[in-house]
Amino acid sequence: MPADMPADHVAAVPARRAGHRTRLDSYVDRYALRTKGMTSSEIRALFAVASRPEVVSLAGGMPSIAGLPLAAVAESVSRLLATQGATVLQYGSGQGDPRLREQICTVMALEGIQAHPDDVVVTVGSQQGLDLVTRIFCDPGDVVVCEAPSYVGALGVFRAYQCEVVHVEMDDHGLVPEALRQALATAAAHGTPVKFVYSVPTYHNPGGVTLTEQRRAEVLDICAEHDVLLVEDNPYGLLGFTGEPMRAMRADESERVVYLGSFSKTFAPGLRIGWVLAPHAVREKLVLAQESATLCPPTFSQAVVSTYLAEHDWQGQVKNFRELYRERRDAMLAALDEHLVDTATWTRPDGGFYVWLTLPEGLDAKAMLPRAVTARVAYVPGTAFYADGFGTRHLRLSYCYPSPARIREGVRRFAGVVAAELELRETFGAALPSAAAGRHTYESPGPDQS
Amino acid sequence: MDESPAPWPRRVVVLAGGLSHERDVSLQSGRRVGELLRHQGVDVQILDVGADLLDNLHSDPPDCVIPMLHGETGENGALREVLGLVDLPYVGALPPACRLAFDKPVAKSLVARTGVRTPRSMALPAETFRELGAAAVMTAMLARIGLPLVVKPARGGSALGCTVVRAADDLPAAMVASFAYDGVALVEELIAGTEVAVTVLADPNPRALPPVEIRPDGGAYDYAARYTAGATEFVVPAEISARAEAACARAAVTAHETLGLRHLSRSDLMVDADDEVWFLEVNVAPGLTETSLVPLAVEAAGLNLGAVYAGLAAAAMRSRIDMSTKPPVD
Repeated sequence: MPADMPADHVAAVPARRAGHRTRLDSYVDRYALRTKGMTSSEIRALFAVASRPEVVSLAGGMPSIAGLPLAAVAESVSRLLATQGATVLQYGSGQGDPRLREQICTVMALEGIQAHPDDVVVTVGSQQGLDLVTRIFCDPGDVVVCEAPSYVGALGVFRAYQCEVVHVEMDDHGLVPEALRQALATAAAHGTPVKFVYSVPTYHNPGGVTLTEQRRAEVLDICAEHDVLLVEDNPYGLLGFTGEPMRAMRADESERVVYLGSFSKTFAPGLRIGWVLAPHAVREKLVLAQESATLCPPTFSQAVVSTYLAEHDWQGQVKNFRELYRERRDAMLAALDEHLVDTATWTRPDGGFYVWLTLPEGLDAKAMLPRAVTARVAYVPGTAFYADGFGTRHLRLSYCYPSPARIREGVRRFAGVVAAELELRETFGAALPSAAAGRHTYESPGPDQS
Repeated sequence: MDESPAPWPRRVVVLAGGLSHERDVSLQSGRRVGELLRHQGVDVQILDVGADLLDNLHSDPPDCVIPMLHGETGENGALREVLGLVDLPYVGALPPACRLAFDKPVAKSLVARTGVRTPRSMALPAETFRELGAAAVMTAMLARIGLPLVVKPARGGSALGCTVVRAADDLPAAMVASFAYDGVALVEELIAGTEVAVTVLADPNPRALPPVEIRPDGGAYDYAARYTAGATEFVVPAEISARAEAACARAAVTAHETLGLRHLSRSDLMVDADDEVWFLEVNVAPGLTETSLVPLAVEAAGLNLGAVYAGLAAAAMRSRIDMSTKPPVD
C-alpha cells in the first residue's frame, strides 16, 4: 500500500468466494415479456453525441418554441395561479377540463371536424392517447396496420402491448389504398383480424408526405369495407406551408375514426397535453383507462393551455411557426438539391417537420451513422421506423430545430459522409448486407434531443 | 524516507462526455465515480469536454483531474497531454503510454514481444483495400487469419464497430461496419473459450485484482450486452483453473508494465480450451458504469471503489510533487 493512501480507505477484506455470479440486475427473471427488446443500443448512444452543440442534429423532432411569447404567457400563468391556484393545482376530471375540451373542438373545427366536447378525452400528449387506444383495443398478438415507414413512438406503443405490426406501402401521395386493401384482405384470410389501421395522413412522420384527398376517401371506404377502425394521428395538421389546413379524415367519418390531436407542435410539448376524439362508447373506455393510468390528465397544464388559447393570438403564433418551418424546409431542400441531387432521393414535404431520404442501393443508414457523428451531423436511420428491420437504405432528416444556416451546414456535412460511405461500399462491393442487421432495438433519439 | 503528510484530494474534477462515440458511457462512468468520490468526502465537479474546458480548469484549478473519457480524445493521450500543459495532476496513464495502449495493433505487438500470447491478426487502413482491391486483400487475409475471426476498429471501445465473422461472405460488411468508426480495422482470429477481464491496480506496484468472467446471454459481449443490466452474467472470480488465473494475472500486469501504464488498467483476455491465456486489448480509462467490469473486480478484492479512486488521485498529486522536487538530470 502506498504511503499516500490512508490505510482505512483500502481495507484488507477477504475476497468473495470463488465463482460469485451476478447479472447486476436482481430483477432480471421477473420482468414482463413486453420488456424484451428494451436494451441499450449503440444507435441511441450515438444520439448522446448529437445533443452536443458541435453536432448539427437533423435527428430529433423537438419543435422550435423559442418564438413563443413567453413573457405574456408567464403573465397569464402567474395570474392563473393567483386567481385559480387552488383549482388548477387540484386533481381534475379523468376526461379532462370541460372548458379545454370545448376549446379543443374549436381547434379541430379548423380541419373540418364537427365534434362535441363530451367525445374528447384529454391525454398526456397524443402519445398517451395512442397508448390508451392501444390498451383498450389490443391483446398480445393482435394485428395493427400502419404505414411503411411509421412513427417510431407508435411502434414503441405497439411493441409494449405486444401487437403484430403489418406495414403497408406508402408513396409520395401517402398510404397506397390498394396495398391497404390487400393487407386487410390477407389478414382476414389468415384469420388474424386487424384491430385498427394507424395513420399519420398529414405531413407524415417520418415520411414527410400527405395523403391526397382522393386517397383519404378511398382509405375510409376500405376501412368500412373491412369494418376496421382508423386511428388518425394528426399532430402536424395545422403546420402546412400552403393554403388552408388539410381536411382531417375524421371530418368525413365520425364512427370509424379515432382522432389524436396535440398541442405539442402548436404550443408547448413540455405541457404534455394532447387529446383523443372518439365515438362515445370508445370514449367511455378511454376515460376509465385514463383514470387507471394517471387518475386525470395534468390539471395545471390543461389550465395553462386553456388560458393560452383564450388570451393569446394562438392562431397568429401558429402562422409564425408555419413561416419558420417553411423557411427551414426550404433551406433543407435547397441544400439537398445542391449537394445530393445525383446521389439520393427525398420527399418534399408541404408541412410538418421531416424529409425522408433514400440512399443509393447498397448503403446502410444505420451502419453509416457513426461516420456521420464523427463528421458532426446526425439523422435517424430508417430502420427505427419499421417494426420488421426494413428501412436500411432510408433515413429521416428533421428541419424543425436547427436554424437555416445550421441546416445548410448539416446537409453539407451529411453529403460528405454519404460520399465517403459510397466510396467504401464501392471498394467492398455494392449491395452489402448490414453487419448489424437482424436485431431491432430502440433506435430513435430521446424526446429531449434536438 | 519522506515523512511529509500524504496529500489527499479535497477537490477533484471528473472529465466526462466529450464528442467520442462513447460519450454516453463516459457520462455514466463520470457520474458514478463522482458519486463514489463524494462518499469519500471529496468535493467533485463533473465537467464535459468542450471549448470552455481550459477556462473552467484555469478559473478554479482542482487538486486533481480524473479523465473518465472513453474513446478517441480521452484515451489516445491527447487530452492528458493538455492537462500536463496546464500542470494539473490526473489519474491514469501518461500520454505516451496512452498512445501505445489505445492503438490495439500496437499494444498487441508490444505485449506479444514479452511472450504473452495474442491472437493472429492484421491491421489495415481502408485505403489499402481501395488501392489493392478489396477482394484480393480479403482473400489473403482469410488465408492468413482463418475463420471465425473478429473485425474491430483499431482504436475505440465498447465493442462499437466489432463484428464476429463466421462466413467469408460476411467479411466485407464487417469491414465496412468497422471503418464507420475508425480508419484502420484490426482483423483478428477468434479465440473460443472463456472471456475474462483483469483489472490491474498500481498502488504503487501493479497487482491484478480478481479476474471477472463474462458470459453474455447472446454469446457476444456487444454494446447491448455490455450496457443492459441483466443481459450478461458475470462470475467473480472467474471459474478458470488456478493456473489460468495466475496466467491471466501475469498477462494483465505484463501488459500494464510493458506499455508503461499508470494507476489502473483493465486487460481483456481469453482463456482457451487448453487453458492458454490470450491478450486482446487493454483499456487505460476503463468504464465505471453500473454494468462495468472494474467495479466488480474492485469489490471482489475487498476494496472500496471510491477509496481506490481517491487514493489514485492522491497518488497523481504525489507524483507531481515528486517531479517538481526532483533534481534536474543531465
